[in-house]
Amino acid sequence: MYVVDGARTPFLRAGAEPGPFSAADLAVAAGRPVLARLAAPATSIDEVIVGTVIAAADEANIARIIGLRLGCGSAVPAFTVQRNCASGLQAVASARERIALGMSEIVLAGGTEAMSRAPVQWNAAMVRWLAMFMRARSVLGRVRALTAFRRAYLKPVFTLLLGLTDPLVKLSMGQTAEVLAHRFAISREQQDAYALQSHARLAAAFDAECMQPEVETLYDTRGGYYQEDTGLRREGSLAQLAKLKPVFDRHYGSVTAGNSSQVTDGAAMLVLASDAAVKRHRLPVLGELLDHSWAGVDPRQMGLGPVHAVAQLLQRNNLKMRDLAQMELNEAFAAQVLACQAAWDSQTYARDELGLNKALGSIDPERLNPEGGAIACGHPVGASGARLLLHLLCSLRRKGGGLGVACLCIGGGQGGAMLVRVEETGT
Amino acid sequence: MKHWQLEASGEHLVATLDVVGSSANMLSHEVLQELDELLAELEQRSASGLIIRSGKPGGFIVGADVREFGQVHDAPQAAELARAGQRVFNRLAALPVPTVALIHGYCLGGGLELALACRFRVARDDDSTRLGLPEVRLGIHPGFAGTVRLPPLIGALPALDLMLSGRTLGSRQAQKLGLVDEAVPERHLLDAARAHVAKRRRRKAPWLRRLPGWWPLRAFVYRRVLRQLQKKVNADHYPAPYRILQLRKMRANQEQEAISLGELLVSRTSRNLVHVFLLGEELKRRGRTHAHDIERVHVIGAGAMGGDIATWAAYKGFSVSLQDQTAELVARALKRAHAFFQKRLKEPRAVQQAMDRLMPDVSGNGVRRADLIIEAIVEDVGIKQAVFRNIEQQAPASAVLASNTSSIPLEELAGTLRDPSRLVGLHFFNPVAKMQLVEVVHGLQSAPAALERACAYAVAIDKLPLRVKSSPGFLVNRILMPYLMEAMTMVEEGVAISAIDRAATDFGMPMGPIELADTVGLDICLSVARELAGPLGVAVPDKLSAMVEQGQLGKKSGRGFYRYDAKGRARRDTRVRPNDIPITERLVLRVLNEAMACLREGVVQDADAIDAGMVYGTGFAPYLGGPMRYVESMGETGISHSLYRLSEEYGERFTPDAGWSQADLLVRASSI
Repeated sequence: MYVVDGARTPFLRAGAEPGPFSAADLAVAAGRPVLARLAAPATSIDEVIVGTVIAAADEANIARIIGLRLGCGSAVPAFTVQRNCASGLQAVASARERIALGMSEIVLAGGTEAMSRAPVQWNAAMVRWLAMFMRARSVLGRVRALTAFRRAYLKPVFTLLLGLTDPLVKLSMGQTAEVLAHRFAISREQQDAYALQSHARLAAAFDAECMQPEVETLYDTRGGYYQEDTGLRREGSLAQLAKLKPVFDRHYGSVTAGNSSQVTDGAAMLVLASDAAVKRHRLPVLGELLDHSWAGVDPRQMGLGPVHAVAQLLQRNNLKMRDLAQMELNEAFAAQVLACQAAWDSQTYARDELGLNKALGSIDPERLNPEGGAIACGHPVGASGARLLLHLLCSLRRKGGGLGVACLCIGGGQGGAMLVRVEETGT
Repeated sequence: MKHWQLEASGEHLVATLDVVGSSANMLSHEVLQELDELLAELEQRSASGLIIRSGKPGGFIVGADVREFGQVHDAPQAAELARAGQRVFNRLAALPVPTVALIHGYCLGGGLELALACRFRVARDDDSTRLGLPEVRLGIHPGFAGTVRLPPLIGALPALDLMLSGRTLGSRQAQKLGLVDEAVPERHLLDAARAHVAKRRRRKAPWLRRLPGWWPLRAFVYRRVLRQLQKKVNADHYPAPYRILQLRKMRANQEQEAISLGELLVSRTSRNLVHVFLLGEELKRRGRTHAHDIERVHVIGAGAMGGDIATWAAYKGFSVSLQDQTAELVARALKRAHAFFQKRLKEPRAVQQAMDRLMPDVSGNGVRRADLIIEAIVEDVGIKQAVFRNIEQQAPASAVLASNTSSIPLEELAGTLRDPSRLVGLHFFNPVAKMQLVEVVHGLQSAPAALERACAYAVAIDKLPLRVKSSPGFLVNRILMPYLMEAMTMVEEGVAISAIDRAATDFGMPMGPIELADTVGLDICLSVARELAGPLGVAVPDKLSAMVEQGQLGKKSGRGFYRYDAKGRARRDTRVRPNDIPITERLVLRVLNEAMACLREGVVQDADAIDAGMVYGTGFAPYLGGPMRYVESMGETGISHSLYRLSEEYGERFTPDAGWSQADLLVRASSI
């Protein structure tokens, strides 16, 4: 199973207003150059699978919309997947499974999200009142309905905030990071230092033109264009980060907007192909997908999901942490990344929660997110899984190949990880 | 009957028109006569209604058979033809049972007049259905009672607008206007027609829309329309719109319509406009002889031309990739494209589809899958050669390579290619969306197959391909350049620029030469002029070089021969001082002399090709039918004498071309 090619859009930081692109627009912008580069005939795509978390009302089954808008043809089926923050990775995993089953040969898979366009809805009381008002037929009934109106009905529901809160344990994602910071004693200073490093690493990667192979220029219709992630801050400092107030646990917390991933719009699309298809069309490949794994954890500590998913993956493939040339671990929160590292290092955690005799050991920080992560570039939830995988492959290839893992924590208490290999070029 | 077929469908009768031996239905004399017989038969039969439709998948009826116009010799004969049509349509209108025209695709001219004679009209609701009365574009007006039946149906002003502009309407617009009673999807067409037969009440325009046609207001309203018309159309060149206005003003009856049409149909203007129309049809027909096999187009160069060429291709349904050196250049082209799609397509989904088809492509990913690659970059031989060498390494072996160069000989560009035979010229004119002509340039090395595919592509994007030989300036620019230079020379002599432009527009050019130069850009004029100066022996006026050096580049820099305000409007000196310089003669004769040189050298096939090129490529006075047609009407000896006279006074550039003494050059291959 191979990843043939892929591309992503620059990730655009969400402002107060809806962004210029819908989720489908973004996926089309990312997918178009990939299909243009594809050495196989245009009609060879068998299936389109796309991950999205917050589906827009006018983009139901967005994968189908994307497939048709990209000109894959009406005969090519498409479905959309949702596994919260790992939706993009789920799309690739589903594609991998379907190719393994022999159901498809070449699949267009990826993730897309326009968080800035998350719907703002009427609240339930307002909807009830509207229904009552519509039912009222007589003038008197209408007047009565009007007098029953309360100003509180106008209070909107921001679905983005709802989506970022665990529906069962009622903790926001940021609060789950606070839980981890407390559990593993990760200080505000450590978090800020990690965040600063993420920006610095991404900035360096853009400046050295390392991101060019994966980031496609994104054009709007008003003459504007984007070539870099707009959330990237090149001139940040620790002092500046230290000034920010905690946003989730406002009084005593340590997780701030500065050391969390950014709310952004973006998409990443990849083309996967079976061994046979690669041979038949003589497709140049980016890398091979070896295995993937999903794990569940306590929703209150959802950030530890990757600890378990990666452990499973390494065990199953008889690998050690040091066998990995690179790991892309989604930076939902600096605290959460550092907590994963601490958990891998912890003997107790290994014994009590992973059922291992010995700790796996953390990954060398130089091999972890070497070109920064979601704190710098942003975390368009549905797209991130595909971005991590794409970046891992491109980065490994640039550095001479090897094994790598792309993994994320998943809201609701899960972890997902994918093991890849990029052919070594003998440096 | 040959063309009509009558069958019963339940209680109704359905008459289907399927003209034998033609891809579209035209109302020839024979077709009308058959309709008359069919109506006679109908009058004898009992049925609850009649539905008229077309058996052609492409459309309803495209109008009268324009080719028959040539067989009409005088005005009374033409009027009689109109009367004959009117009689048949009156018979249709007088049927006691309800009649419904079932319209899909093109419903134009006489076809729409037939539909107007029916009690109801039901149109298919899709993009391909277009209704209109384009007669005015052929220098005539509706003659089968269209000018009489249309106004009460849709209102006085909308009717005038349709007839004066000749524009066509989509089925939804037509429904809004009341031109059709209902626009429904294909699947409901027959049901809707049956429902209307049952309805029996015909519609009329709401009184508010009919108001401007009532006598107290009429004079005032028509005076206003007349004033607008006078601003746009020269009555001496194009009498038809004025006739339409007059007919409506006097509430003309069918007989007056017929007489007026008779006079117009045999007028010089109409003859020439029909000639021009048929030239266009002929170019299309020749372009269609082969398949283009083109799905993906890659355009290199996102400047004004390249961007517009790519935009137009995407608008016409092709998958396009647009490449340039920087994202900024491509972004600018995309912005223009989006504005264009919004203006033309309106529907958000259609705009989205067009934008999805137009891929920004700085890295040139599109080359490897393209079927046609069009280069539209800076006019520099070295750079163009490098671009083509690079393309050749990546493009599929079957791809056609094309250059939009306006002056560089193709052979020079092809020189460095491994397979030079697939390089052709595709020379578009500015603005791409408006100018119909595309010069398909064949270099000595171009293969016939590549040329045919290029021509077929041009037709597929609704342009008119004109085959020209690869020689300096090809056809259009070469003929235009002496004309522009002459205008500038006159400026140097001290003639007022507005006098020069006025002379040209009075002659029938869409824009004066000075204004044209300013619009195109003086820097571009200068570079083309210099390119042509050597091979054609054209002198470049010093004033032009001086102005470019001073940064006066025309409209785009705010200052050229004219000064432009912030909105890009020229500040004109309207007082035209009389002088005794033969401005018009000097301008026109240089065009004619160069056109003759092109004909003699075989730059194009024949005189018709020159007419087509100049009318569709530059807007050269269509009412004259093009330069060669004009020469014919003036007599070529007269022209060469005038040239000789001017050469005595103004120098060698007016020396009559050797072609003027070769009588066989002007003999036309076809008789259109």
